[in-house]
Amino acid sequence: MNRFFKLIYFTLVFVFLYLPIFIIILYSFNNANFSALWHGITWKWYRLLFSDSAILSVTVNSLVVGALAATFATAIGTLGAVTIFKYRFFGRKLLHGLIFILIIVPDLVFGISLLVLYSMLHLHLGFWTLLLAHVTFCIPFVMVTVYARLKDTNKHLFEAARDLGATELTVFWRIILPLMVPAIISGWLLSFTLSIDDVIISFFVTGSDFQILPLYIYSAVHIGVTPEVNALVSLIFVATVTIVLTAYYFLRKQHAKMG
Amino acid sequence: MCGSNGRLVGRLYCPMKRDIFFKQCSIVIIFAWLLFFALLPFTLVLVGGFLTGGTNEFLSWHFTLQSYADLFQLLYLRIFLRSFYLAGITAIICLILAYPFAYIMSKFSENVRLFWMLILIIPFWTSSLMRIYSIIIVIRVKGWFNGFLLWAGLIHQPLHLMYTQTATLIGLVYTLLPFMILPLYANLEKFNWTLLDAARDLGAKQLRRLFKIVIPLTLPGIIAGMLLVLLPAMTMFYVPDILGGAKSLLLGNLIKNQFIEAYNWPLGCAVSVMLTVVMVVMIAFYWKMTTPKERRELM
Repeated sequence: MNRFFKLIYFTLVFVFLYLPIFIIILYSFNNANFSALWHGITWKWYRLLFSDSAILSVTVNSLVVGALAATFATAIGTLGAVTIFKYRFFGRKLLHGLIFILIIVPDLVFGISLLVLYSMLHLHLGFWTLLLAHVTFCIPFVMVTVYARLKDTNKHLFEAARDLGATELTVFWRIILPLMVPAIISGWLLSFTLSIDDVIISFFVTGSDFQILPLYIYSAVHIGVTPEVNALVSLIFVATVTIVLTAYYFLRKQHAKMG
Repeated sequence: MCGSNGRLVGRLYCPMKRDIFFKQCSIVIIFAWLLFFALLPFTLVLVGGFLTGGTNEFLSWHFTLQSYADLFQLLYLRIFLRSFYLAGITAIICLILAYPFAYIMSKFSENVRLFWMLILIIPFWTSSLMRIYSIIIVIRVKGWFNGFLLWAGLIHQPLHLMYTQTATLIGLVYTLLPFMILPLYANLEKFNWTLLDAARDLGAKQLRRLFKIVIPLTLPGIIAGMLLVLLPAMTMFYVPDILGGAKSLLLGNLIKNQFIEAYNWPLGCAVSVMLTVVMVVMIAFYWKMTTPKERRELM
């Protein structure tokens, strides 16, 4: 009885979570423009998707910003985590506080804060302002990920390297970075996914000449999103699931090997 | 100067010049970035609430308390209250849904847990806008939900859910549920289940065990989850935009409109500052209710 209840409960929660995704995929095959009614199956939208330069270009923009933001955020965040972990300096507490605030502050408040900053500096809203915003909101997530792993590593490794005459820079490149690879990869992936799905912050910090996918969708929701977008999102979903399940498979294998 | 990293190096090796250079460079990079792109903008918003909206620029340097005074207009107070109310209901529904879920999940073996965790997170790697948008197909008058209820004979007239507060609530719960599940799960995962055996041995009944042991010990997770749901719930302007219509405007929509449509930036700043104050109060409450050790476990 208890087992039965658990099964039902789990199923209901997952139906709730996956129903919208099922609908996105289903309607990407719907043979009708805009309509919420079902008109039979077609591949038309997938074909049209690859000849629609507007959607393709905003998708490329999203991917470029995501990859660049994730890369910069990972570089700065990793260095930042190592700094906070290794050194004691004036303002370390303030740094901790700023990271905490960046994580907890609602996206909306961060978005308008940057909008105010950019407008006071008379910066033209577009690619660069968007990229800087994305790098900034990703940094704390990388720092938390890397810091958690640093805490779990054996500190004597760093001491041993220093004893053998390595400089700080050598310790960073040859000891810390290789040990941090898993955390760096997950930090990058986390940043990338946060960046390409962000609506709220991006809404305020980019201009009309640099559109990204979430904002393209947002501007379309009131007039109706075309099934081409459904097709695109379905493809992204399939790609994500493939990557995640592959990673899970290898992780499990590695886990099994270790013990 | 050996003291700077003497703990690591010991007395024999003084850091060389380039070591100090490396250290200073790393500190400056991270510090400068966060000061310029986090502290400075937040300060500007704080100041912005006291400025006046100019004609050529959105903020001009004339100090006034007008924006804060405007906050007390009935129209805005109503939006605040509705926003808190909707966010509160969202958090409670999320808690009720998430607690049993996290509880059941925390009892699985490690590999199974990792698997379910992935299944839980995967939807959130798909465009959140599109997921909210497709909820329309479920809840509209001729939608799947009404179809199901009519078919099951539970209702005789279709429910009008679209463009109501209920629709906004459904969207908010949908988007924020994992933010409740994850901290609860992190908390329950470390739960010492033998405590329950001890309580049973001492004669405590099932409900008593739940309310006297499990819930008090997972309180840090509950509060952290509430925090992670309440705050974004007030600001996710796109959910009422898509599902709720004008009747369920959130604080987030108010702020967004001041910046994008009404061009009253000082008022937008003032509302954001108020939102931040609410946030600080809630975090202070969380700090008071938890020990440093409990906080570390969840972070």
